Amino acid sequence: MTAHTQDATATTTAHLPQTVEPRNPGQGLDMDWVMRTQANRSAIERRAVTLPGRRSVKKTYQAAWLARAISCIDLTTLAGDDTDGRVRRLCAKGRAPVRPDLLRALDLPDLTVGAICVYHDMIAPAVSALQGSGIPVAAVSTGFPAGLSPFHLRIAEIEQSVKAGASEIDIVISRRHVLTRNWQALFEEMRAFRAACGTAHVKAILATGELGTLQDVGRASLVCMMAGADFIKTSTGKEPINATLPVTLVMIRAIREYYEATGYRVGYKPAGGISKAKDALVYLSMIKDELGDRWLRPDLFRFGASSLLGDIERQLEHHVTGAYSAAWRHGIG
Amino acid sequence: MSGTVKEIFESMDYGPAPEATDDALAWIAARTPFGHYIDGKMTSAGTTFATCNPATGAELAQISQGGDGDVARAVTAARNAQPAWAAQSGHERARVLYALARLVQKHARLLAVLETLDNGKPIRESRDIDIPLVARHFYYHAGMAQLMTSELPDRAPLGVCGQIIPWNFPLLMLAWKVAPALAMGNTVVLKPAEWTSLTALCFAWICDQAGVPPGVVNIVTGDGTTGAAIVDAEVDKIAFTGSTDVGRHIRKATAGSGKALTLELGGKSPYIVFEDADIDSAVEGLVDAIWFNQGQVCCAGSRLIVQEGIAKTFYARLRRRMDGLRIGNPLDKAIDIGAVVNPEHLARIHALVDGQTTGDVHVAACDVPDGCYYPPTLITGLAPADQLMQEEIFGPVLVATTFRTPSEAMQIANSTRYGLAASVWSENINTALDIAPKLVAGVVWVNGTNMFDAAAGFGGMRESGFGREGGWEGLRAYTRSATPATPAPVVAPFDGNDSAPLGVDRTPKLYIGGKQARPDGGQSRLAYDAHGTLAGQIPLANRKDIRNAVEAAQKATGWASASAHNRAQVMYYIGENLSARADEFAARLDAMTGRDDGKDEVTAAVERLFTYAAWCDKFDGRVANVPIRGLAVALHEPCGVIAGFCPDDRPLLGLVSLMAPAIAMGNRVVLVASRSVPLPALEFAQVLETSDVPGGVVNILTGNHAELAPALASHMDIAAVWSFSGADLATVIEMGAARTLTRTWIGGGRDWLSGGNDQEFLEAATEVKTVWVPYGA
Repeated sequence: MTAHTQDATATTTAHLPQTVEPRNPGQGLDMDWVMRTQANRSAIERRAVTLPGRRSVKKTYQAAWLARAISCIDLTTLAGDDTDGRVRRLCAKGRAPVRPDLLRALDLPDLTVGAICVYHDMIAPAVSALQGSGIPVAAVSTGFPAGLSPFHLRIAEIEQSVKAGASEIDIVISRRHVLTRNWQALFEEMRAFRAACGTAHVKAILATGELGTLQDVGRASLVCMMAGADFIKTSTGKEPINATLPVTLVMIRAIREYYEATGYRVGYKPAGGISKAKDALVYLSMIKDELGDRWLRPDLFRFGASSLLGDIERQLEHHVTGAYSAAWRHGIG
Repeated sequence: MSGTVKEIFESMDYGPAPEATDDALAWIAARTPFGHYIDGKMTSAGTTFATCNPATGAELAQISQGGDGDVARAVTAARNAQPAWAAQSGHERARVLYALARLVQKHARLLAVLETLDNGKPIRESRDIDIPLVARHFYYHAGMAQLMTSELPDRAPLGVCGQIIPWNFPLLMLAWKVAPALAMGNTVVLKPAEWTSLTALCFAWICDQAGVPPGVVNIVTGDGTTGAAIVDAEVDKIAFTGSTDVGRHIRKATAGSGKALTLELGGKSPYIVFEDADIDSAVEGLVDAIWFNQGQVCCAGSRLIVQEGIAKTFYARLRRRMDGLRIGNPLDKAIDIGAVVNPEHLARIHALVDGQTTGDVHVAACDVPDGCYYPPTLITGLAPADQLMQEEIFGPVLVATTFRTPSEAMQIANSTRYGLAASVWSENINTALDIAPKLVAGVVWVNGTNMFDAAAGFGGMRESGFGREGGWEGLRAYTRSATPATPAPVVAPFDGNDSAPLGVDRTPKLYIGGKQARPDGGQSRLAYDAHGTLAGQIPLANRKDIRNAVEAAQKATGWASASAHNRAQVMYYIGENLSARADEFAARLDAMTGRDDGKDEVTAAVERLFTYAAWCDKFDGRVANVPIRGLAVALHEPCGVIAGFCPDDRPLLGLVSLMAPAIAMGNRVVLVASRSVPLPALEFAQVLETSDVPGGVVNILTGNHAELAPALASHMDIAAVWSFSGADLATVIEMGAARTLTRTWIGGGRDWLSGGNDQEFLEAATEVKTVWVPYGA
C-alpha cells in the first residue's frame, strides 16, 4: 500500500452512513399511501431519455464528477469462483481506485471507492484487506440473488454476516410478495431483515427487473422504506434487466416523497449495467436534479458496479493528459 | 476560488457547457447584409435592419426589409415556376424534398446554432427538437409527393402560396409550411418573422444545394408591412401562423378575394391533472408544457387545472421542480430556459403579469441573468374569470385553478376563446378517454404534452384558427378539388299576379327548434310559381330569428353524442318519408321552377340522404403513424352548429345536399333556403317533423341572403358558415367570420343532380382532433 492510503482513514470515514445521517427508523405500513403511488411509464421514459440532453458536464467539472462517482462505487465481486486472493486484489483496487499520479494531479490523493461488496464467505478476507482504510464491507445476503432459502436461514445469514464484520447488508426482497400484492408480508419481511442487521445498514434489493411494472417498483420502494430500509437498490445484477434510468426515476421519486413525509433520507443504489463514465454522469445528474445535492454523497448514493471504475480511470487520465487512455495503463482490480 | 477538481468534487455544481458558435458566425459573416431569396438567387441587400441575439443583445446580421416590389418579384417568380413544378412527377418532387430532408440533417449543427443565436431558445431544444422535426417534416412530405398521384387523384395544387411564419419556431414553422406546399405542387413566397430570419435564409442556401428549381421557394424578409404585401399580392393562398389579432386582420384582408386561408393562432391550452395521475410525471410534464421555449409556444399548457384534493401537494412539488430549473445562456447545453425572443416581447410579458393583482405568485428560486430573461412563474388560486386565465401570455408563466369533478374540469377547460391543444393526466383510461373528446381543442395529449409529428395533424378550433398541418388532413390546406369551381348560378324568383291561390290559405313558417315559427319581424314576401301564380307568403327571417335558430341548434347537443348508427337511422327515415311524398314534391318543384325534372330532383334528394346516412358510421378517423409507443388518433368530430346558405337552383336538393353531410357528422344546422324558390324547403320541414329528427338539429329560415349573412357569419356561437348561394356573400361572410375566426366555405356552383356527393362535404362538416395516447404498462 502506498502512503496516501494509510492516512486515508480520517477523511474517508465521512462516507460511512452511520456517521452522518440519522437512520430511517421506518414507520407503520401505510397502505393508503402505497396504493396512491402511480407511475406512468411513457412519461417516465420521456424524462429519462431526454435527461442526458438536458445536462452536460464538461472539462474540470466532468473530472470532479467522475471522482465523485468513484467515491460512490460499491466495488463488487459476486462470482462463484471468488477466492481470498481475488477479494484482496479487489480491496486493493478499492483503496487505490485510480493511479496515484492521476489522483495527485486531481488533488484528490485520498480518493477511495464507497464500499467493497461481496458474498458472506468473502467478508473476512475483505475486512482484513481493508483494515485501516475506513472502507466498509457490504455483504449480499438473504439467499442472494433469488431470496428463496428458508426464512430463518435468511435471518441467520444476516446475523452471521454482521458478526463477520459486514457493516452494510444488501438483502433481496421476496419478489413473490410484490407480484401477489402481499404488501403486509413484504413489510414484515423487511422489518425482520432490518432488525437482524442491528447497527449494520440495510440495502433493500427490489430486483426491479422481476417486478413487472414501474408502479410496483414504486410501491415496493415505499413499503421497504416504511419497514426501515436505509437504502433501496435496483437489482442483484443477476436479473435480465438491471438498473435503468426509468426505474431509477421511480425509486428516487419514492425516496423524495418519503423524505418529504418523514424527514428521513433513504439512500439509493442502482446496480448492474452501469459500466460507462458517461452513464455515471447521467445518473449523478438525475440524482442531483430529482433528489438534490445532499444525495450526491456515498452515505446516500452508491453505484453497484464492477467495470465502471475502469472506464472512469481512462476518462480521468484523458482529463489530466489531454490524450485518450488505454485500459492497460491502469491496474486491474 | 471555485473551479478546481477538488472544490467541484465537494460542490457538485454544473459548470458551463457552451456550444461553439464559430462556424455559425462565420456563415453569417460571409453573407451579411442579407438580401431576399427570389427566383433561386439571393438579391443584393436593400434597406436593412439588425437581427440580434436576444441573450446578449449583440447584432448578428443585417436583414433586408422587403417592400412591395420585392414581394411582387417573388410572387412573379413563384407564379412562373409553379406550372412546371406541378407538372413534375410526384417522384421528381419527392426527390427534391428528400434532398431537403437530408441536407437539413447534414447541416443540423449549423441550423441549430443559428436558431439559438437568433431566437434565444436553449440549444438543447434547437438540436434535439426543432431541427430533427424539420427533417422529419421534409421526409414525411417527400413521401406525400411520391404518393400524390396514386392517393390523391382528385386533388390539384392551389398555385402560389403566401406563407407568413412566427418567431417562436422559425425553421420548424417554415418546414410545416413549405414541405406540404411543395409536395402538392405549389410554389411559395415565405416571410419569416423579422426577429428570426436567419434559419430561413440558411434554408434558402440549402434549397440551392437540394436542386429546388428557381422560383419554387422564395423568401422575402421584413416586418409586418412585408407580410401585408404578401397578403395583398396575387397569391392563391395565405397560410399564417402567429397571433390571433393578426390572423383576424388577415381574415378581413382576404375576405371575398377567393384566396384560400389557413390560420394557426394563439392558445391558452388547459393542462388538466386528475387526482389519480402520476403526480411527479405530471409536474415534469409542465416543464415541457410551459417552460419549453420560454413558454413562447402557441400550444403551451399554460392553464393548469388540478383536482382540488391534490392541489396543495401538486403545487408544492411543482414549486420545488421550478426552483431546480436552470435559466441562462441558451447556448449552454445544460440550460432549461433561455432568453425571451426580444426585449419588446419581454416587456409585454411583464405588463400582462403585473396587471394581475390576485392569486399567489411563485417565482422560481433560480438565478436569473440580467438581460432578456423572464423567470419561471406560477400563479395559483386564480379563477376562470381572471384575465390571466383567459389571455395568452406567451411566456414562462403558468396560471392555475382547481376543479372537483370530471365534468367541471371539462367546463373550466373549455371556458376559453381558444381551442388549440389540451393535456389530460390520469392513470384511469376511462377518465382520460372520456375527457379527451369533450375538450375543445385540435390536439389532446393524454399523459403527455407538446408532442408533435409530421404524421399527425396540428391546428386549432375557435379563435385558435382553422386548418391542420401535418398528416393527410394537412394536405387539404395545399390542394383543391381537381375540378375547377364554378360560380354559383343566380336564379331570379318569378314575378306574378297577386290573386289568391285556390283552396284553404296555407301559412308557411320558419322551422326553428323543431317547431314551425312565425318570423319575428312579422313580415313576408310573396312567392310566385313559374306561371306567375301566387304560391304563398314567404316569411322573412331577421336577426332575432337567427338568434333563436342558433340557440335551438346549440341546445340540441344530444345529436352530436348520439351514435352514428342512430343518426343514420333518422336520416334513412327522412329519406323514406320524402320518398313517400315524392310525387307531391316533384309536382311542386316543377310548378315552382318551371322545369320538368322535379322527379329527378326528389329522387336525387332521397339518394343523397341515403348516401350520407351511409357515411354516418363510415367516415372513420385514422391512427397516425407517429414515432411513439402509443396511439395518435385522428378523430372526426362535428364542428358544432353550421350555418348554410342554400343554392338558388335546386330548392329541395340543394338544401338536402347541405343538410345531409352536416347532420350525418353530428352537426346541427341553420339553413337559409333557396332565394328564388324557398317554399319547398319549408314544406320539407314537415318531412323532418315526421322523421324523428330531434328539435333544433335542423333549422330552416327563409329570407334575404345578403341581409341575413352578416348576422349569421358574425354569430359567435356558430362553428362554420357555408355558402352556395347565388348571392355574392363571400366578402360579407368572410368579414363577419373574422371576429371569432369561424370556418367558412364559399362553395360555388355545381350540378347538384350528379355532384354533391364528394368527400369535401364530409371534411367540411368535421374537425380533425388528434388525440395522443402514449401507453406503457
